[in-house]
Parts: sequence; C-alpha cells; structure tokens
Amino acid sequence: MNALLRFFRRLEGPQTLGRGPGFWIGFLVVLAGACAYPVFSDGYTVGNTVYFFTWIFMALGLSLIWGYGGALSFGQTAFFGIAGYSYGILTINFGAAYGFTLVAVVLAMAVAALFAVLLGYFLYFGRISGVFLGIVTLSVTLVLERFMAQTAGPEWKIGAARLNGFNGMSNMPPLTVPWPGGDIVLFPDVQLYYVVLGLLVVVYLGLRILVNSPFGNVLVAIRENPERAEMLGYDIRKYQLGAFVIGAALAGLSGVLYTSWGQYITPSSMGMTAAALPIVWVAVGGRSDLTTTLVGTVVVLSVFQALTIHGSQYALVVMGVLLVLTVLIAPNGLAFAAAGLIARLFRGRRAASPAGDA
Amino acid sequence: MPILETRALNKRFGGLHVTNNVDLALEAGEVHCLIGPNGAGKSTLFRLILGEHAPSSGSILFAGEDITAFKPFQRIRRGMSVKFQVPGIFKALSVRQNLEIAMQHHYEPAGLAAEIGRLLDFLNLAPEAGRLAGNLSHGQKQWLEIGMAISLKPRLLLLDEPTAGMSPEETHATGEMVKRLNAEGMTVLAVEHDMAFVRQVAHKVTVLHLGQVFAQGSIDAIVADERVADIYLGKAPDHAKPEGAHA
Repeated sequence: MNALLRFFRRLEGPQTLGRGPGFWIGFLVVLAGACAYPVFSDGYTVGNTVYFFTWIFMALGLSLIWGYGGALSFGQTAFFGIAGYSYGILTINFGAAYGFTLVAVVLAMAVAALFAVLLGYFLYFGRISGVFLGIVTLSVTLVLERFMAQTAGPEWKIGAARLNGFNGMSNMPPLTVPWPGGDIVLFPDVQLYYVVLGLLVVVYLGLRILVNSPFGNVLVAIRENPERAEMLGYDIRKYQLGAFVIGAALAGLSGVLYTSWGQYITPSSMGMTAAALPIVWVAVGGRSDLTTTLVGTVVVLSVFQALTIHGSQYALVVMGVLLVLTVLIAPNGLAFAAAGLIARLFRGRRAASPAGDA
Repeated sequence: MPILETRALNKRFGGLHVTNNVDLALEAGEVHCLIGPNGAGKSTLFRLILGEHAPSSGSILFAGEDITAFKPFQRIRRGMSVKFQVPGIFKALSVRQNLEIAMQHHYEPAGLAAEIGRLLDFLNLAPEAGRLAGNLSHGQKQWLEIGMAISLKPRLLLLDEPTAGMSPEETHATGEMVKRLNAEGMTVLAVEHDMAFVRQVAHKVTVLHLGQVFAQGSIDAIVADERVADIYLGKAPDHAKPEGAHA
C-alpha cells in the first residue's frame, strides 16, 4: 500500500515542472477540453488532429533520451520507420481479424525496441557519446532510408507485403478493435482520437513517474556528471541504454500510429528532414521537461502545419531558423527562458523597490 | 590481510613510465596519505586504483580479491568510494537531490529522507538543502561531495586533495571529520599537499617520486628524511627531475 502510494507520489518530483493542486487542476481542465473538442468539431478535422498527436510520443521519447539523459540522438525516426514498416508487414500478412492489429502494435514496438537494444549496446557499451552519438544515430537513420528507398523491385517482399521502394508501403489495415457485434475500425475520426488521447495521457503520466523514480534520478545524474554517477556505483551504460530503448519504443508507437492513421509509410519518414524535425520540436519548448516538450511539440507542429497549409514554401526554413534562434537565445528552450525572464523581472523589481523608496 | 594492495603496478603512456612497479599495502583501519612533488604519479595511481585507467602490468587487490579487471562502478560496489579533486557534483540539481542520488540504493525508501536529513546536518548543509549544488561556495561543494562519498558507507575512502581551495579552518574541520570517520572503521587513502592536514590525520605516509615509492613511514619519519626534503626542493639524486617539481 505504501509502495503504491510512493509510486503515485512520483507523478510530482524534482524532475518535472508542475506540482500541487494548481497544476493538476490545470491538467484536468486541458484534458477535459481535449475530451470535449470533438463535440465542437467535425470528424475530418478531428482526424487531422490525431495526426499531430501521433508525433508527440516520439518527442517525449527524445525528451527522455536527450533532455533527461543528455544524449542527442537523431535515431528516433529510424525507430519510427522500423515500427511503421513492421506494422505494415505484419498486418498485410496476417490481416486485422481477431484484434491482430493491436498485437501488431505491440510487436512493431518490440521490433523497434530490439533494434534500439542492438544499436544502443554498441553506442553506450562502446562509450560513444556527445556529438559522435548524434553522428552515428543520424548515419544509421539515413542508411535505413536509403535501404528502404531501393526496395522497389518485386524481389523485395516479406510474405504478401511489398516494400515498394521510394513509394512506400500502403493499404495496411487501420487499428481494429474486436467488439461483440462487429469490429470497431479506427479510421482517422473521433474514435481514433480518443484512443490516441488516452494513450497520450497514460504515456505522459507514466513518464512523469519514471523520471521522478530512482531511475530518473540516475539518468539526470549521468547528464550532469557521468564520471561522478559511475563513481557512486552506477553502471551508467545500462541506464543510458534503458532510456534509449524506452525512447525508441515510444518513437515506434508514433510510427505505428502514423502508419495505421494514413495507411502508408514511406522511406522519407526516415530521411534527413524527418530526422531533424523532432530535434526542433523538443528543443524549442524545453527538452529537459516532459510538459514543456509536450506543449512545445504541439505548438511547433501547429505552426508548421499552418505555414504549410497557407501556401508558404518556407515552412521548413522557418523550422530551421526557429532551431537556430532557440539554440542561440534560449538553449534550454523557450519555456525555461521565459520562466527565467519572469523570475529576473520580479527579482529586479524587488531589488529596485527599496532603492526607489530611499 | 591488507584492504588494498597493489602489486608491481605499472602504467606507461607511450614512452612515459608514470607508475613504476608500485607496491602499496593499506591495512584496514588506517589513514594513509600519498604525497610527492607534482608529476610524481599520485593522480595516475589514484586512477589505477579506481579503474579509470587500466594498468600496463601488475595487479590490484581489494580485500584479497583481484579487482584489476573490474570497471569503476564494480569497485565502488565492492566498498570503495571517492572524492575527486575538482568537486564532482551534480551542479544543476539541488543539494538534497545530490545526496538522494548517492544514497537511494543504500537505504530503504521509507527511511531515505531521514537519512538524508541526518547527513545534511552532519555536513552543515541543512540550510542549503534546496539550493542548486552549483550555487554553493567552493568549500560547501567539497563538503557535499565528501558527503556523497561517505554516504555509500565505504570500507575504503579515497580522497584526492580533499582540502584543495579550503581555508585553514575548513581544512582543519575536514581533518577532524576524516578522523571521526576513521574512528568508525573507515580506511582512508588521501592524496594531499597540505602537510598540516597530513600531520593531523595520517597514520602512515607514502612518498611517490617519478612514479616509484620513494619512502614510506610515519609522518615524523618522513619529515625527518633528508632525501624526501631533497626531492621536494628538486635536489633528488635522480638525474631525470620530474617536470614542475617544486616545494
């Protein structure tokens, strides 16, 4: 009982912003708003909103690896792609009956996680860190993209699933929930929206508990001073690998949801642009906190979408500029920079007022 | 049986023979100080003992067990702990969290907060518990790291210049703390330049010179040894004077 209480108490802690009734009331208000949103909108728009949501899992995973663990990885889209393709191959071969698509979600995430174990083992147990970790993960991602792009020929198929080269794989079944009286097929509509929203809440809260646990403590300790962390008796490679694999599995979840949402996946989902975008989402909001990462990702994605829709061909350029400005002006993210600025204003006013009285 | 023993330990960096056939034995319960001019190989020997460097040859035994091939974290888990020369703390985290990270696997979760409170009092850091460790004064940072090191309840505590940058008062207080920890059964190996500190705490002193054990004995014997004074003044009989050797 006590252990359970301690577990849930970790929803708040030194590694997460936001605590106390104020924060949680705000959280519930936002959640209620998100739940009510489909009522005030149409199915098509709601379906498009799901598209935004699918990316957030990958961003939260990157926050764990980079923001908390201190390892800048460009590999998230590789795991995204691997899981997406795995979902396609599995469901095209075995269909959607008996709830198999849900099994496929788990299997596809497991494939991505397994690949992360393999890659992460060589990275962390080979003591590759800093900028080299970024270079290696980016290379792996781009190699995967190149590889998938050359699978156009008919010889590239797994069972009934053609990989289809640059055009990508399509026509895999959407997520299908077995239900008495007829399966529920989750097309991009209100039902899928609620499923993904539910997943998002579970993942967000789960990660809050994780980063405030002893595991999260060690992870930020490694970010701050790896030598000291090791000299406290921690095998830091295992912790880094753990974060890398969890982050990869979340990227995999994004990949599966994206694939089942649009019923297609292409190699360009692992390309240079795709690999760089998560870095922008996570960096702009504030990578070292789950909440700022989540909010930042939603905001940046919305801006990006708005720019694309309104005919601007410079949406990607704007993203690049945004990243550069963030790195230059607010290296910890806009949320933290704003908080720092407000704190300084208040302190400045407090410091100034006695002088003014004198 | 010595708690720590190095046997014919050698470390070469290219043509540089930094640790030369060092045999060192630490008896359980003693405070052992390692002194020597700059470049004598003290830090390298420290890193060899911690496992941050692999020796070129020779072996290291901890409580009778050969740990030469062990990784640093495995040595820590066997009962070593270290305080670095430059304070190795988690700067962006609070003082309390620094200690929590050190202690979380050594205490029951239910009693952890109380243990952290006790250690904060011991270190005179209770009022600073909520501050970021990076904002502490230099002396406080040193104390915080010593606190993290001793919170592991090590059998052997390694101190690399624990009083570097401390005022004479802080140095003395640190010496008293080392003596108190030693009285509780902790063996201590310290690299130290401050001779007042060495005199205050050491049971035994080893002088390293050019990577070799040059002299060993009580602090009085070492101070009385003219050859030791000579190497500190750069008048050692050896022809190859270590770079940067000074008093």
